[in-house]
Amino acid sequence: MQPSATRDLIVGLFVAIGLAAIAYLSIQVGGLSYKGPGGLRLYAVFDEIGGLKTRAPVAIAGVTVGQVIAIDLDDALRARVTLDIDPRLHLPSDTSAGIRTSGLLGDQFIALEPGAEETTLAGGEEIAMTESALSIERLIGKFVQNSGVK
Amino acid sequence: MSAPSAANLAARTESKSSRVSSELRILLEDVHLSFGGRPVYSGLNCGFPRGKISVLMGGSGSGKSTLLRLVAGLVRPDKGRILVADEDVTALSERELYRVRERIGMLFQHGALLDAMTIFDNVALPLREHTELSERDIAAEVSRRLAAVGLPDTELLMPRQLSGGMLRRAALARAIISDPEIVLCDEPFSGLDPVNVRRIEKLLVELNVRLGITLLVTSHHIPSSLRMADQITFLVNGEAVTGTPAELQKSTDKRVREFLDAERDDPSPGVDA
Amino acid sequence: MKLTALETLGFRTVNLVAHLGRMAAFIGAIAMQTVRPPWRVRRFVGEVFDVGVLSLAIVCLSGATVGAVLGLQGYTTLARFGAENSLGAVVGLSLVRELGPVLTALLVTGRAGSAMAAEIASMVTTEQLDGLRMMSIDPVDFVVKPKALAMLVSMPMLNALFICFALFGGYLVGVELLGVDGGTYVTSMENAITWEDDVAGTLLKSVIFGGLVGFIATYRGYTATPTSAGVSAATTGTVVVGSVTVLLFDYIITALWGV
Repeated sequence: MQPSATRDLIVGLFVAIGLAAIAYLSIQVGGLSYKGPGGLRLYAVFDEIGGLKTRAPVAIAGVTVGQVIAIDLDDALRARVTLDIDPRLHLPSDTSAGIRTSGLLGDQFIALEPGAEETTLAGGEEIAMTESALSIERLIGKFVQNSGVK
Repeated sequence: MSAPSAANLAARTESKSSRVSSELRILLEDVHLSFGGRPVYSGLNCGFPRGKISVLMGGSGSGKSTLLRLVAGLVRPDKGRILVADEDVTALSERELYRVRERIGMLFQHGALLDAMTIFDNVALPLREHTELSERDIAAEVSRRLAAVGLPDTELLMPRQLSGGMLRRAALARAIISDPEIVLCDEPFSGLDPVNVRRIEKLLVELNVRLGITLLVTSHHIPSSLRMADQITFLVNGEAVTGTPAELQKSTDKRVREFLDAERDDPSPGVDA
Repeated sequence: MKLTALETLGFRTVNLVAHLGRMAAFIGAIAMQTVRPPWRVRRFVGEVFDVGVLSLAIVCLSGATVGAVLGLQGYTTLARFGAENSLGAVVGLSLVRELGPVLTALLVTGRAGSAMAAEIASMVTTEQLDGLRMMSIDPVDFVVKPKALAMLVSMPMLNALFICFALFGGYLVGVELLGVDGGTYVTSMENAITWEDDVAGTLLKSVIFGGLVGFIATYRGYTATPTSAGVSAATTGTVVVGSVTVLLFDYIITALWGV
């Protein structure tokens, strides 16, 4: 097509709908949201994290409020998980963190259960009460053991 | 635009015999080139004088077009030197060649205009790329050049809408719009009817007479060549035989005679075989 | 001159290395021209029209059709396990991860890649590129660069449009035709597809495919022999080599990325 205002307009439209399609896929379908760093940083130490991975969601009452940004070992060789949480939340200092599985065979995530204390957790603090991941093998093992011991 | 007057032609004919002393603007020294094992030149030596019209003749496959491409730097020889406007094009990088080509214009056999652009955009291209002229000035210049080659109302046409002769004249307008000092023409008369052959011939001569442009033209077309050339170079078996039209017509060289006599015995009506 | 097998092998190896060298030089030339003015925006816009806009019809139509087929096939298979409600996820994941980028690239190679190669090759044949050189204009800058970049930029957008149309095709078949609940379809799709694992990967793939096809098409055109047979060879070669390269790199990217 010869260079013309019409042609430029059509190309502009093409780019616009192309970018819109990309945006739809990224944001609406893919769940991309602007979550810059600078959220509230908290730590939680677990005996067993199971299949928990970085970027796993952190949820309260099923609502995603942040994500796991790092997993490493602390000096006592237990798993230390770093959480990045929406800074607008005020979590009581006796909040507990547990590792749950979404569905029966889904990915693992961190579920926070707020406590009742007046004081709130500040950035860099550690969540005291943690519940390690349930391992299906252990459960079955226990079940077998228990039924075996009669 | 008018044909050079009879007086003009006479003056040029006289100066032809003193041509030998003219400075050579294009010079090929000991050039060797083969294509796919077949040798085209083995030690070619020839030169083309400044401000004159030189015609390159020879049978098909004698390497006329190749010589033009060597001069233009589009092909590199296997060995030898080629001096164009004081620069050795064999020793230049592609980037440096672009610089030299600003002084050279080339008229390709089929015009080589960009077929996706209008005639106006084609002819304006060198100005748009290499000058800072305003669109208005460019438009004025393009109109002037197209009018000079006899194509005043073709600006918005596409190349495919032009006939062969018109296409070539438009390509000529493009080749000269940057005021080059050398213009290379590859078979400008081929495939044209006698009227258009004359037209192009007049345009080329005018370029030379009025603007002093050095022309290097390849052609089979003997009548036009004999008429307009200051110097004719015959390419036979990769070697060059050079002389003025008058000298060559009296030549006893067998190869030259063969070529010229074929024309005399069976004169072409102006359309290329 | 009779060559031993070893000599032939040596000759071919040297030839291949030389060929690779020329290709690398070509890519380098394009890259260099990309970061330098003149930017050739007008020409770039024109090329985006030729590659992107003119491919819209085939991409969107094929997308809808492929999506419909996925919906149909997916439903049939999932229904056996009583898992029809996961149709959205199945259709969505297959499209985003593999079918979207690969099929879009194959379609675009066939339609726009071949056209690109043919155009450049015929410019070689009619001496238009030499004409540019004589005007001190670099054909790589003037002709190749806008085309290759247009392919690179258009591919991810066409991919996204393919996927969207396909998701819709799957929706039409699954929901309207086969009775899957609309909300369930969309929710299972949105839950299964994540930016990090899936969408980012599809965009990366389509950008890489765009670059590859852009390079192959322009290179084949640029180095075509200046005859009609040469133009034809450049065109068909682009489709064949381009398609195989896309499929090969799809495997490589999938393996490396873990997508």
